[in-house]
Amino acid sequence: MQPTSLAFQSKAAAALADPNLQTALGGIKTGWQRGRILAADRLPEFEQLRDQARDIKNHALANLDFYLEAFEARVLDAGGQVHWARDAAEARRIIQEICESAGAKTVTKSKSMIAEEIGLNDHLEAAGITPVETDLGEYIIQLRKEPPSHLVGPAVHLTKDQVADLFEQTHGLPRTDDPTELVGQARTVLRQKYLQADVGITGANFLIAETGSAITVTNEGNAELTQGLPKVHVVIASLEKVIPSMEDAFTLLRVLARSATGQEFSAYTTVMTGPKRQGDLDGPEQFHVVLLDNGRTGMIGSKFQDMLRCIRCGACMNNCPVYLAAGGHAYGWVYVGPMGSVLTPQFVGIESAHTLPNASTFCGRCEEVCPVRIPLPNLMRHWREEQFKRQLVPSTVRYGLGTWGFFARRPALYRLATRLAMGVLGRLGKKRGRFASLPLAEGWTVSRDLPAPQGRTFMQQWRQRQRSRP
Amino acid sequence: MSDNEGRRAAILGRLRDVYRRSPEDEAAAIATVERRVFHPAPNLIPARGQLDLEDRIELFTTMARNVQAEVERVARMADVPAAASAILRRHNLPQKLVIAPDPVLQAAGFASQPLLRVRFGDADEHDQAGLTLAFAGVAETGTLMLCSAAERPTLLAFLPENSLVVLPSARVFGAYEQAWRELRRELGSPPRSVNFITGPSRTGDIAQRLELGAHGPRRLAILLVDDLQAG
Repeated sequence: MQPTSLAFQSKAAAALADPNLQTALGGIKTGWQRGRILAADRLPEFEQLRDQARDIKNHALANLDFYLEAFEARVLDAGGQVHWARDAAEARRIIQEICESAGAKTVTKSKSMIAEEIGLNDHLEAAGITPVETDLGEYIIQLRKEPPSHLVGPAVHLTKDQVADLFEQTHGLPRTDDPTELVGQARTVLRQKYLQADVGITGANFLIAETGSAITVTNEGNAELTQGLPKVHVVIASLEKVIPSMEDAFTLLRVLARSATGQEFSAYTTVMTGPKRQGDLDGPEQFHVVLLDNGRTGMIGSKFQDMLRCIRCGACMNNCPVYLAAGGHAYGWVYVGPMGSVLTPQFVGIESAHTLPNASTFCGRCEEVCPVRIPLPNLMRHWREEQFKRQLVPSTVRYGLGTWGFFARRPALYRLATRLAMGVLGRLGKKRGRFASLPLAEGWTVSRDLPAPQGRTFMQQWRQRQRSRP
Repeated sequence: MSDNEGRRAAILGRLRDVYRRSPEDEAAAIATVERRVFHPAPNLIPARGQLDLEDRIELFTTMARNVQAEVERVARMADVPAAASAILRRHNLPQKLVIAPDPVLQAAGFASQPLLRVRFGDADEHDQAGLTLAFAGVAETGTLMLCSAAERPTLLAFLPENSLVVLPSARVFGAYEQAWRELRRELGSPPRSVNFITGPSRTGDIAQRLELGAHGPRRLAILLVDDLQAG
């Protein structure tokens, strides 16, 4: 997917004027955001579990080579295959080859952000293989030819009526806006696709070194039908998904659903280990795991390593004032919200995404709610520094900051300059007490007046008060 | 060296270049990794599920009902056929059931329900109701744990719109870790598929409104059975 992140400002402005989008986004506060608070309150150990979840991921990230080797050995023991991919192109080619060797015409997919990251669907279609998304939200956006707008709810930007319109056009049935019937329609259509598919592709929330297992977490049960019905199952996962043991998985699972949707546990957590065993009546004959690097080894040991702890719960976006106003599509690539503002520059380059680390008020709520305590504002700040270093900041801002920096490093001069400026502005604005417009301050005055200074600066007043203290 | 081996070596090599461990650090890292992989120990287990068996069963029941599962408790395995038939009747479903070919379920005496037509095997797309046997239950979130096996096919709990699951009362554990320890003790390594199931299938993908039965079962009925020990 071509990033369009540089258009963040204009897309955000359009989003604010889109009543459907604003209605759809409004539900997040009363739904997932509130749900997380309630779920955390019901579990007294929640904060301690977050600490442990962070430590588990940190430990795994410090020993990824060993855990990946251990994981691979267990997958092979269980009769599966492991494929290593350095970048998106290699991963796409590997998956295409697996599909072709299975003679696949259609593949079903359960939600995978990694598949989005590598642009798998477009690639498979170009190769004559039809990918069918089975997660209801992913199915909806696939029909609309849109990228996901949220990690957990890819179609969260749409209202019920928009889905009703889409299904009327696509399913050729009389229009209904009853959610139960809409879900039923998708269920019926997709049921046939599951049964026809030659290959099932799933992502993985966790890979377990102890057992060689891949774990999926869903509410719909689509991952189970995707991997359970076709004769070939492909897991696509990035390197940092590997963790030591099932015990570690349980700790992470306890914070995952609660942080994401406020559920105590998602409806389906499935631990898959190898292909079908002797005597099994169902399950795939082949079990493939594609391990994707795509720049992650470069993040290890860098100041962005903490980002690799992310377990894709979406809490950072559910609690971000910017995301809740602008929606996911304004971010212009696969990953959105605060986590996307850190990850997208990593994948597409800061020159194509420097708007994103700036699309934040740095209020810090994302870090407050992150189940693995990723310091998201700090990581965005690193990108802002990088942006400045590479001269990607507009020259007006650079010169403005340069001028300010010159004075800030010379306190006496700074005080003199502010004293003069306050004096001049105070005299100019004395009559009305405020300014309706001022040069260089349109950003403020376009929607409100600027109060005129009263004459003396803070430092002047401070000094005076210190002097008059007994 | 095959393509795959080359890519593998490149990725692992990149990681080792970053870690640059001294020989002592490397030995220590390997020891830690081996301990955590071969002798995993539980992290913090929430107090919520750490109760006596009867209280665990009660917590399990409450939590499962909170997520729209139906829970019934019967004294004997021999009561299961009548209970299953009653569930189908209550929901106006045909008296037809596909059942996992597990010896425990086969010995339940379904012949006692002459109106109930049963088949032992895996589910297909035409089956409206399936019955299988759970390996364990987890009280902390009202979660079922199903282990795949030749006599317990996975799709039984996913393809039919109505899923019935027998759970031995004695196998309701407090926490996931305790159920998994039992799996390790009995099976050694995990079977192909272990399904943790918490309520029926659901989605919030249309305007964040909760709808049941997205792809998996619309209805989940759990039958707690008191005279069963084995899983």
